[in-house]
Amino acid sequence: MLNCFNATRLLSESLERHLVIKERMALNMHTMMCSGCRNFGKQMQMLRLIAKTYAHKPDEGESEPSVPSQDV
Amino acid sequence: MSHENGQAASLAWDALHDSNFIEDLRRQMLKFATLQLGDRHAAEDAVQEALIGALKNAGSFGGRAALKTWVLAILKNKIADILRRNQRLVDASRLLREEEEGEDFTSLFDRKGFWQPDERPIPWSDPVASFHQKQFWQMFEACLERLPPQQARVFMMREVVELEKEEICQAVGITVSNLFVMLHRARLRLRECLENNWFAQGVQ
Repeated sequence: MLNCFNATRLLSESLERHLVIKERMALNMHTMMCSGCRNFGKQMQMLRLIAKTYAHKPDEGESEPSVPSQDV
Repeated sequence: MSHENGQAASLAWDALHDSNFIEDLRRQMLKFATLQLGDRHAAEDAVQEALIGALKNAGSFGGRAALKTWVLAILKNKIADILRRNQRLVDASRLLREEEEGEDFTSLFDRKGFWQPDERPIPWSDPVASFHQKQFWQMFEACLERLPPQQARVFMMREVVELEKEEICQAVGITVSNLFVMLHRARLRLRECLENNWFAQGVQ
């Protein structure tokens, strides 16, 4: 039985390579029963989207003077 | 420089300055360099120099992917030089070993490798809505900075600079399975950091 650490490892690796059928079956069985790892799987896709959005978004305040606007 | 060479270089110069592709490339590289150096101005200088360095060979590039790889290779050397000067460079293989030996995830997982009850991932509601918030990106940067340096580097190379696995392994001198281990660890930490500091806070 796959534990959560190894399930998260496979969920991370599924972004990098095709899992073999044995891995996919073990992972499906695990996530069917484990809501934490189900959430983790969705969040891996989201983390990739977050990083991609971060990479391509315009630089925040690239030439702005870094004066913090303090509320007095 | 001959007249012809000058003309080719000036065309390449225009391409490097005008195209959206280069602006995009510059943004990716700048984020990578800023995280590595911890200094925005040094990062801007390094990226600028790397782009100019690539320009010198601009005529010989077959495509955008090749140009990106080349710019990153130059940038990596510049970053390494700066870090070496600042005495912050640690031998990569030593770092990797230290991480593998020293790092443990017992705060996240129990002895059998199952989630600790209060570490089990919770659903994130509408994460895309956070993309418009400056504070969200500041949090993301803070989470990246908290990663072990080598993990942050490969995560940035993979997800921010968007390099292929093979390129990263070659650049960092690690095997593909090392890379998978490091990406897994970086993602575990980043996910946890974002959840604890943003998605579980209800600040969005």
